[in-house]
Amino acid sequence: MGKVLENEAFGLAAKDNSGVLSPFRFSRRETGEKDVRFKVLFCGICHSDLHMVKNEWGVTTYPLVPGHEIVGVVTEVGTKVTKFKAGDKVGVGCLVGSCGSCDSCTEGLENYCPKSIQTYGFKYYDDTITYGGYSDHMVCDEGFIIRIPDNLPLDAAAPLLCAGITVYSPLKYHGLDKPGMHIGVVGLGGLGHVGVKFAKAMGTKVTVISTSESKRDEAINRLGADAFLVSRDPKQIKDAMGTMDGIIDTVSATHSLLPLLGLLKHKGKLVMVGAPEKPLELPVMPLIVERKMVMGSMIGGIKETQEMMDMAGKQNITADIELISADYVNTAMERLQKADVRYRFVIDVANTLKPNPNL
Amino acid sequence: MAKSPETEHPNKVFGWAARDKSGLLSPFHFSRRDNGENDVTVKILYCGVCHTDLHTIKNDWGYSFYPVVPGHEIVGIATKVGKNVTKFKEGDRVGVGVITGSCQSCESCDQDLENYCPEMAFTYNAIGSDGTKNYGGYSENIVVDQRFVLRFPEGLPSDSGAPLLCAGITVYSPMKYYNMTEAGKHLGVAGLGGLGHVAVKIGKAFGLKVTVISSSPDKEDEAINRLGADSFLVTTDPRKMKAAIGTMDFIIDTVSAVHALYPLLGLLKVNGKLITLGLPDKPLELPIFPLVLGRKMVGGSDVGGMKETQEMLDFCAKHNITADIELIKMDEINSAMERLAKSDVRYRFVIDVANSLSPP
Repeated sequence: MGKVLENEAFGLAAKDNSGVLSPFRFSRRETGEKDVRFKVLFCGICHSDLHMVKNEWGVTTYPLVPGHEIVGVVTEVGTKVTKFKAGDKVGVGCLVGSCGSCDSCTEGLENYCPKSIQTYGFKYYDDTITYGGYSDHMVCDEGFIIRIPDNLPLDAAAPLLCAGITVYSPLKYHGLDKPGMHIGVVGLGGLGHVGVKFAKAMGTKVTVISTSESKRDEAINRLGADAFLVSRDPKQIKDAMGTMDGIIDTVSATHSLLPLLGLLKHKGKLVMVGAPEKPLELPVMPLIVERKMVMGSMIGGIKETQEMMDMAGKQNITADIELISADYVNTAMERLQKADVRYRFVIDVANTLKPNPNL
Repeated sequence: MAKSPETEHPNKVFGWAARDKSGLLSPFHFSRRDNGENDVTVKILYCGVCHTDLHTIKNDWGYSFYPVVPGHEIVGIATKVGKNVTKFKEGDRVGVGVITGSCQSCESCDQDLENYCPEMAFTYNAIGSDGTKNYGGYSENIVVDQRFVLRFPEGLPSDSGAPLLCAGITVYSPMKYYNMTEAGKHLGVAGLGGLGHVAVKIGKAFGLKVTVISSSPDKEDEAINRLGADSFLVTTDPRKMKAAIGTMDFIIDTVSAVHALYPLLGLLKVNGKLITLGLPDKPLELPIFPLVLGRKMVGGSDVGGMKETQEMLDFCAKHNITADIELIKMDEINSAMERLAKSDVRYRFVIDVANSLSPP
C-alpha cells in the first residue's frame, strides 16, 4: 500500500548514531505539477548535518540523508511551475515545505511556521521522509527553490543557502545593516566567516571576536574584518567596551555572555544564531541599566533567502570552501567536529558521488 | 573636620534612615541645601515604599552608603521655587521620582533619557552634583532641580498616585519603547506585586489583553476581579502552562527573585518579547534554543526619563490609574519592610509623611 515512488535516487546516509555515512539507494517522488527536479552538483556540509547524523538533538530517524546547502541544474519542472525551467541554476536550503497560511507563512517567514518541513529527516505531505542533498538529485516544491545568480561559482555559493541566510536575516531584521554601524561577529567558522562578508558588504565596520589569536590574520587580511579581538583577553575586551551596535554570536558551545553584552553600546543587540544546548548565564543588569537585548534568529524565509542570494550575486559574496569528494565525507565530518576547516566543506556531488555497484 | 549630616547644609531636616545593613530605620536629623535658582523645595506629603528601598537599606546590592534615607516615590507641595524655575510655582502639587540629577548634556540627556545618562544620580544613596550625599523621601522635604520635578496632574490622588513615580514609569517606559501598546495584542505580566499590578492596569488602558502569570493561585480573584486582568495563569499548573504556549506577544517580567525563563519564553509567540524588570542578585539561566527557534527576544528597562515620566502620569490621570496602596505611619515602616520582604502587601505601602513624620 502507499504511493509507489518510481524515481531512483542514490546518496549517502547515516544509518545509526555513529553518524558514519555510507552509500544508500532510495526513491524520490515523481515531479508533481508544482515541483522542480534538479541534478545536484554540490552540497555544503553544515554543522547541523553533523549534529543530526549523530542524533545529538534526539530527533533523528535513520536512515538519514543530510544536506541542506544544495545547488544544481534543473532537469524537469511540473506543469504549473512558472519561475524555473530546465537548465536553470538553482538551490535548496533548509526548508522544503510549510503550511502556507499561518501568520509566519503569510509574512514570508516559512522558517517560523510551526508546520515547516525541513529538507531532510522530516515527514513530507505524502508521508515519505525527506532526504537531503548528499544525493544525486532533488525534487522540491517551486516555492522553496532559490535561483542562483549566474556570476556566482556554484560550489562556493552552496553554503549561503544555510550559513548565508542565517547571518543575513538578523542583520536586516534587527536593523544592523546600516553603513557606519559597528558589528561584532563572535566565532569564525562557517557562519562567522560569511557573517563578516555580509556585514562588510552592508557597509558596516566589523570586529571579529574569537577565543583564538591564531585567526587574526585571516580575519583581517583575507576576510576583510576591520578589527579582531580575543575574548579571553580582558584588556582587549575592556578597550572595546560599549562600541558595538550589534553582535552576531555564531558560537554553539557554552560561553559567557557578560563580556559580549559589555561590548555593546546602549540599546545594543546581541543576536544568537548558534544554539548552545545548555542555557547560558544571563546577567540582567546590562539589559536593565543599558537597555541591551538578547535575541535569537533561525535561517530565514524563502523571499529573504532569495534576496540574500541576489545580494551575494551583486557583491560577489561566496563562502570560503574546501571542495571534497563524496568518499571523503566521513573524514570531513571528523575534521568538522574539531572545527578543522576554513570554513565550509562542500561535496562535489556530481563528479564524485557514484551509486554503489554492490547495492 | 568632616561635616556631619546635620551640619553639611544650611537647612535642618528630619527623616528616618537606616544606619547599617540590619536595615532598621529610625529617626535621623540631617540637612538640605538652600533652594538654588533652578531648584524646587517640596514639602513631602506622601512617599511610596519601593522594593528597591528594602534592597538598599539591607545593602543587598553592595553599594549602600549609610546612613541611607530611602524613598523615591514622593508627592508633595512646592513651597519654594528658584528664580529660573518656569514650570512650577509655590503651591503646586508635584512629584519626585527615582532620579534627581544627570549631566544634562550627553546624548541620553538630549533625548530626555536622563535615566540612561552615565552621570545619572539617584534620589537617595547617591552623590549629587554638589558632591554631597542625596537623601530621599522618608523625610519632611526635599530640594530638587526643576528638571527632575514632575507636575502631579489634577485628579490623580497624591497617596495612591505616589507609587507611579517608580512602579508606574518602570512598566510604562518599556511598554512604549518595545512597542507593546497595540490594542488587541496579548500581554503577560509575570509577578503580581508593586510593579505587576500597575502593569496590569496600564496594559488594560492600552487596550491589551492581559494575562497575569503567577506562582500564587490565591491571587487569581484579585487579578481578574479587582485589577481587571483577562486571565490568570498559575506557573505550577503544567496543563494550563502547556495550553498557553505560544499565545503571548509580550511579557513584562517583574519577578526579582531568581526564576526560570524557559517556561516564560515558551508562552511567547514567534517574535515575542520578554522584558525583565526585576533585579535578581544572581544571573538568570537563559535557554538559547527558544530564542533561536522563535526569533524571540529578552530585554530590560530601567525606570524612565523625565519627559516620559510626565507622560505616564498624565496617561494615568486620564485613565484613572492609581496604585493599590496600604497607607502607613512613619513609625510603622520597620514592620512594613518585614512584610514587604514576604510580599505581604496589596500592593504598595505608602507613608503618610505629612501626618506622621514628627521629630521626637
